[in-house]
Order: sequence, then structure tokens, then C-alpha cells
Amino acid sequence: MTTSIVDAESLLAIDIGTINTRALLFDIVEGQYRHIATGTALTTAGVPYLDVGEGIHRAIQNLQDLTGRVIIGPSSEVILPMAANGAGIDQLAITYSAGPELRVVIAGLLPDVSISSAQRLVATVNSRVVETIGITDRRRMEVQLDAIVHAKPDLVIISGGTDYGANRSVLKVVELILLACKVTAKGQIPEVVFAGNKALADRVKEFLGRYTRVTLLSNLRPSVDVENIDSNLNAFIEVVNRIRGEQIGGLAAFAALGNTCVMPTPLAFGRMIRFISCVNKEKGVLGVDLGASAATVAIAVGGKLSLNVYPLNMGAGHLSQRAIEGVMRWLSADIPEAVVRDYLWQKTLFPASLPLTHQSLLIEQAAARYILQTVTQLAMMRGQYAGRGFEPVIASGAVLSFTPQIEQSLLMLLDGLQPSGITTLILDPNGVMSAMGAAAGLNSVIPVHILESGAFLNLGTVIAPYSRARYGSKVLQVRVVYEQGGDARYEIKQGTLALLPLENGQVARLHLSAINGATLDATGKVRSANFKVIGGVCGIVIDARGRPIALPSDKARRREMLCKWRDALGISDSGIELAR
Amino acid sequence: MIAPVTHFLPLTKIRRARLLPVSGRVVVRVGQKVSAVDVVAESLGSGKHVIVDVWQALGFSATSRSEKWVGRKVGETVQVGDVIAETGGLFRKVVRAPVEGQIIAIGGGQVLLETKGEGTAVLAGFSGVVEELVPERGAIIEGSGALIQGVWGNQRIGMGTLQVVASAPDEELRADRLDVSLRGAILVCGYCADAGVFAKASDLQIRGLILASMASSLIPAARKVDYPIVLVEGFGNLPFNQVAYKILSTNEKREVAVNAALWDIYQGERPEIFIPLPAEGEMAAETDEFHPGQIVRIQGGDFPERTGRIVEVYPYPCPISNGLKVLAARVELADRESVVPLANLDVIE
Repeated sequence: MTTSIVDAESLLAIDIGTINTRALLFDIVEGQYRHIATGTALTTAGVPYLDVGEGIHRAIQNLQDLTGRVIIGPSSEVILPMAANGAGIDQLAITYSAGPELRVVIAGLLPDVSISSAQRLVATVNSRVVETIGITDRRRMEVQLDAIVHAKPDLVIISGGTDYGANRSVLKVVELILLACKVTAKGQIPEVVFAGNKALADRVKEFLGRYTRVTLLSNLRPSVDVENIDSNLNAFIEVVNRIRGEQIGGLAAFAALGNTCVMPTPLAFGRMIRFISCVNKEKGVLGVDLGASAATVAIAVGGKLSLNVYPLNMGAGHLSQRAIEGVMRWLSADIPEAVVRDYLWQKTLFPASLPLTHQSLLIEQAAARYILQTVTQLAMMRGQYAGRGFEPVIASGAVLSFTPQIEQSLLMLLDGLQPSGITTLILDPNGVMSAMGAAAGLNSVIPVHILESGAFLNLGTVIAPYSRARYGSKVLQVRVVYEQGGDARYEIKQGTLALLPLENGQVARLHLSAINGATLDATGKVRSANFKVIGGVCGIVIDARGRPIALPSDKARRREMLCKWRDALGISDSGIELAR
Repeated sequence: MIAPVTHFLPLTKIRRARLLPVSGRVVVRVGQKVSAVDVVAESLGSGKHVIVDVWQALGFSATSRSEKWVGRKVGETVQVGDVIAETGGLFRKVVRAPVEGQIIAIGGGQVLLETKGEGTAVLAGFSGVVEELVPERGAIIEGSGALIQGVWGNQRIGMGTLQVVASAPDEELRADRLDVSLRGAILVCGYCADAGVFAKASDLQIRGLILASMASSLIPAARKVDYPIVLVEGFGNLPFNQVAYKILSTNEKREVAVNAALWDIYQGERPEIFIPLPAEGEMAAETDEFHPGQIVRIQGGDFPERTGRIVEVYPYPCPISNGLKVLAARVELADRESVVPLANLDVIE
């Protein structure tokens, strides 16, 4: 269907990543917005440039080379809006994840109420909570003061007190922050966000405003059982953008261009996940983005978003011993722990480097599994997601989409996320999710059209029955009736992984019968189902390995099992070494 | 495409800013010669804080707090036992300072004292001449000599005589290789996987270690020693690249400064080894683009030589043998050519 677009406007999305800066061009093709091309360059937030502008210009130049379209003018400026001769673009959206983590102090009242809400707000950006102060904190006030000063925060978030409720305790916290501002050297005083009892907001601004910039948000917990995160996100983005604009050279200059939307990459990613969840209200939508500096997990149900950013990345050398063991568990080859640890530490030094050997590829993909598993479990706990299942699951990030075989991407997601029931796995190979999230603020049509375009890769429908059956016993009967004619029947055994053939884009009807105590949903009531499926690039995926996947503790048996699953997906180990 | 640059230069001029994170006192002057361990600027770091609740100590009720009995002003320094508040009258009560420090704030019937901090000092990090002062923050220092940039350091600075104990770029350093003849030297060796080396080096008063690589399990031990340790290649068993090894081995017995900073691209910090030479070098470019003829270092893969020369930079993504399609260059190695992703290369200049 062709939609008429009255005010068709081209959009350039710039994503300033930790390693690469990408320029993504979206424009109208045959009445629909399409992702035209992506230009890439190294990010120049660090030395010697210390200005993201250079990387942005080069990424756009690369885009110009690829498309032939002129976007940069003779004075090296981005032509905005589009000129009469067709040069330039109409809108500019910028997302960024480059730069050091935002250091945040949280000062609130109760750990399970205002402090946890502030933590959830902070978790929406790449940040590190360097100190937490609450009324249950038994440290003396001066010790708390020293802890705050020593933590050298970029931002302090004060929360606590229901609206027109507690004020003495909140003022005590404010007094502490006031003292911290007083004793901190000029130029290093953190910005303050107040998101507590609104009756105190003006007084807090007056007290603290003499020393630093204070931003007032709506109370994160206006009452004990109400949490206000979503409604505060836009104002919070402004604060983060301002701090980042001072820390990341060149960012503020681009943000100041007209018709521009700037936001941290995780928030833009989360915005898209929330948008998609508004379409399918029966199930939640899960989005994961494994970036070079952080992992983002976005869970949205019916338009309500839970967004969490974890400072876990592929340069995972700083992981604890326990975490290294977690990575080791996903290795399908016998690689000594010392080699794994050394590789991951080396990756912290050269985060842009690509795995060139089979061994290094296995280590990176094992680390990706561990990170996916860890962050989704943490996010599920934090978001208190009831477990209605997800439809779809969307994955983004170079380590997931940049694989020699697409089945490797699939297996990483199956192992790391361990989806249950029936869902669809979607890969974002062009990294357009966050770009669209930012673009949505300027042009709400773009996300709709791009989602319907071929910018995403449907890996396949995944059927993962709930089952505690003995290994090897039959748990699922499957009949695939192809729309083009013919059918096929399969019996799936516990502990196995299988790809059922269905060409990408082809339609079939799937008849499922769970047997031997297995079910198709978390309630344990659905034992059979039949529905239409569209083939993904990997066909239809049956994952009957149980949840959580129980890996044998014996190393040799575990490796054997991991290899078996790789074989089941047709993942080959050959041809992976560099030609000599 | 922008190429990351690493300097392995037999003669160059370097110019580095050595600045305090906060305001302080600059202790060098323009034209002054400095060594690696000389202090450029220092600041009094804030010490601990002590809150004296004057109102409570004087026995007044919690309501209507005020500072009327505090006989001190913000900014005054006090010694232990100095009176900071007192009531008048026949039954006079006093409140004394519990610590030596400065009064930072007075309010709400309380006095906030700050004790003297340990202070922060910025060291020169290499031998050179102070070219410019940055008021209250530090100085710009220049020096000429050989430069080798590392990839990891244990955040120490030191200087000493360069002593190459490795007979090959990949030689492993073991504790039994160290003896008293190496006292006061900065040692160069290929690889270290033995924490005993660090302890023995401390006992022998070794001034520093320049290693090609180290087992990452030794990081905690390396952070504990008080002399600098710099890795030129990284973690794992990686030999020195030929360029770096040649510079180090040809400068044996010279004075060397080792700044084992942590590599931080946002702060502009990088571990560096600097060998001052009695010749004037040229400033090297900090940026470059990939092009044929460049000497590059290769990360990962099976490349024992670790360096090669770019023969061709492919303008579009091309397949490498592991199946990925990436921007890559054809690199001439010692006995063969290989296609290597640009992401795995840094230009040696």
C-alpha cells in the first residue's frame, strides 16, 4: 500500500557510537520512507580530535560517496533544510553513546521507594551510580559528605517524599547536597536534579541554585504506589544532553542546529521498543542492544517502557572471576581460561578490533551470550515483568549482527535471551532502531514505514516449549502446512534445537501439539496451537532445550552439547581462519 | 578513513600538558628543565569533613537554631581545641574544634570543618623543558627524544637507565632472570606471567618494567608495586613489534622516563616511554588516514611479526576469510600478504 506523504521530508540520523559514527539517510522511495544508506567513520570524541564533529563530517562524506547526494555545503556545514537544488536534508536526529559514563549520586529516602525509582531513571542512560545516600544509611553526615565529594559525580539526583508528604527528611538530604556543593571545587560542582516532594521544589531550587544548576522534575514517587519515570524522561534527557554537551566536544554545536533531535542512544532505542509495544498489546516487546560501551535492555508492555542500561560490553576483561566463568560456560571449544581472560582484557584496549580467528570469534560470542543472559535477567527482575512472553524480540549491536553466518546470530540470541513460548526474533543489522527512536521526535511517519521495510531481518519464529521432561523424550509434535502446497511433520525431543525449513518470506500454517507435560505458554494451559507463520532467514526455530538451559557441569560434556546445538543450526567452523 | 596512530619514533619532539584537575599552585617556571619525577603543580586536596553541632553541644533545644554563639568566620583556620563557639554569662559554655582545619560553612547551628588533605601533585612524566605555564593548573612541557607509546600502565611514573634483558622480542621474563646488577634500571623484556617477578623487582629496587605483554591475571599484582610497568602490546603472550623493539634495544643504557598512565582517550592520557636524546626532533602527526606504504600494527589473528606494510586499502567492504565483509587493507608481512580489517590496524608513526 502506498501512503501519500504531504510533507515528505528527508532525515539524516547521526549515531555517535563509542567506536564508530554512522550517518543514516532516510528518504521517500515510491511513497514510503526507506533507509537509503549508511556512511561510517571512526568516532572522534577522544584524542587527538576531542570533537565529534570530525567523525560526523566524515561519516556524512562517506554517505555522500555512497549515494551521490550532497549533504555538506561548501563551508563544511550540514545543509539544513534541503536547498532548492535538492542538496541537504530536512531534519537531523542525533543519538550518542560515546563518552565516559555519566557519574551519578542518588540521594533519596527509602531504598525500595524513592531510591529505587531514581535508580530506574538513571538506568535509562549509560551511567554509573557512584554513591547512594538514603535515610537508612547509618553513616554519619560528614562521612556521607566525604563519600559524595570523593565520588566526583557529574549529576546528583534527589528524590523522596510523596507530594506534600515528608519534608524534614528530604530537606536533610538537600542540606547534605548543599554542603557537598559548598566544599567541591568550582568547575567540578555537579548538576542537581530534584524529583521529590513537589511542595519543596522551589525551596530546593533556591537553596542549591546558588551553587549549581538545578532542574526540577515531577516527583518520581508522588505516592508510594505510583512511579513517574516515563513522564520525566524528556526533561531528564535535556539534563543529560546538557552535561554530555559539555563533556563531549562538538555535540552541543550539532544539537544547536535547527530542526534537530538529540538523545542518548539507549533512550532512542527504548522509545522505539515502546512504540512497537503499542501495536501488540497482548505481549510485551523485548529489545536488546549490545553496544561497545554498554548493553541496553528495553522491555515495553502496552506502551509502558522499562529501560535499563548496563555498563557491560565486549571488552569485558574487567569482569569478575564469576563472570569469566560465566563466559567460559558458553565456549564450545577447549580454550584455557587465561586465554579468554587475556583476550577480553585486550579487547578493552582495542574495542574496535574484530575477531580474526575461530578461537577469538568463539570467545566474543560466548561473552555476548553471557552479557545477554546477565542483563536480561537483571532487567526482568528490575522491571518485575510478569512473563506474558514477548512478541517480537528485537536485537541490535555489531557483535550480534556482524557474524560470518546468520545462524550464529540466531544461536547467540537463543542462548543469551532464552525466549520462552512462541516469539519472533528480529535482528537490526543496519542499526536503525535508535536512529528511528530519535527520528520519531521529528517525524512520526518514519518509524512506521521503516518497520514495514526490509531494514530488519526476521531470523524466524521461535517455538520454545515449557517443559521439564527427561532429556530425549518427545515434547512437541509439529506439522507445517505450506501455503504453496505440501506439508511436513516433525517430532521434537527435549534438549534439542532444530530449524524447520520455510523460505524467508514464505507463509505456512503451523500446528503445534505439546506432549509429555510440555506446554506452549507460561500458564501451563496452552498445549496446542495453530497459527500462520512467515518464514525468517533461518526458517522456523524449535528450541526444546528447556528453560533455563541447563548446561552440563562437566566441561567435556558441555562442549559436546554446545557443538551439537551449533551443528543443529548448521554452523560451520571451517573457513574461519585468515588465509595465510 | 581515519587511522588510529601509535608512535614508535626513534627521534621526535613531544609536547604534553601536565595539568591538575583542580586549581592549585604551579611550581615550575618557563624554561626550567624537568625530569619525569619532578613536580609540575600541586594542589591541596580537600581532606575529611567534620560537622560540629554547636547548638546541640551548647545544650540548646533543636528548635530555632542559629549561629549567634559561633565566634568564627568561614575561611578561618582552627587548631585542635580552639574555641569555635561560646555562650556568655556566669556559666559560660564553650565548644572546641575537634580537629585542625578550615571552617568551610556555618549555618543552622552547625560548623563544617575541613581537615587538610593529602594534596595532589602532577609530575612531568618525561624529561623536557617547561615551555608554557597554565595558571593555577600546570604547564606545557616539551622534550626531544625517542618515543614509544604503550597500551596499558599501572599508573606510576619513574625514570632510570634502560636495560634490555630480552634477547628476543618475545622472551619471557622470569624472576630468576633478575639479579642485583639490574638495581636502579628500567628493564625491557617480552612477556611476563610470573607475579614473582614483580616482588623480586621491588626487592632489587628496579625502577620500572617495559614489557611487550603480560598475563592479565597479573594486573592486581602490577597495580600494587611502586614502580611503573608499561605494556607496549597488551595482554596475553604477545611479542614486541619489531619497530618498538629496535628503538628500545638501540637505546640501551640511556636514561629513560616511563609514564605508566592508563590509556584514556577522553582524558588524553596514554602510557609513554620517552628516551631524551641530545638532538632536536620534529613533532609527529597525531592523526592520519590509511594509505599504501604505511607501517601498521595488527591486532589479533595469527601474525607473529605484529607489523606489516599496507599495500592496498580497499575502498569498499571486502570479504575476509572468516566470512565477514569489512573495510580492509592488503598488508605485506614478513613472508606473505594478508587482508586485514582496518579495525584491527593502527598506524605506526
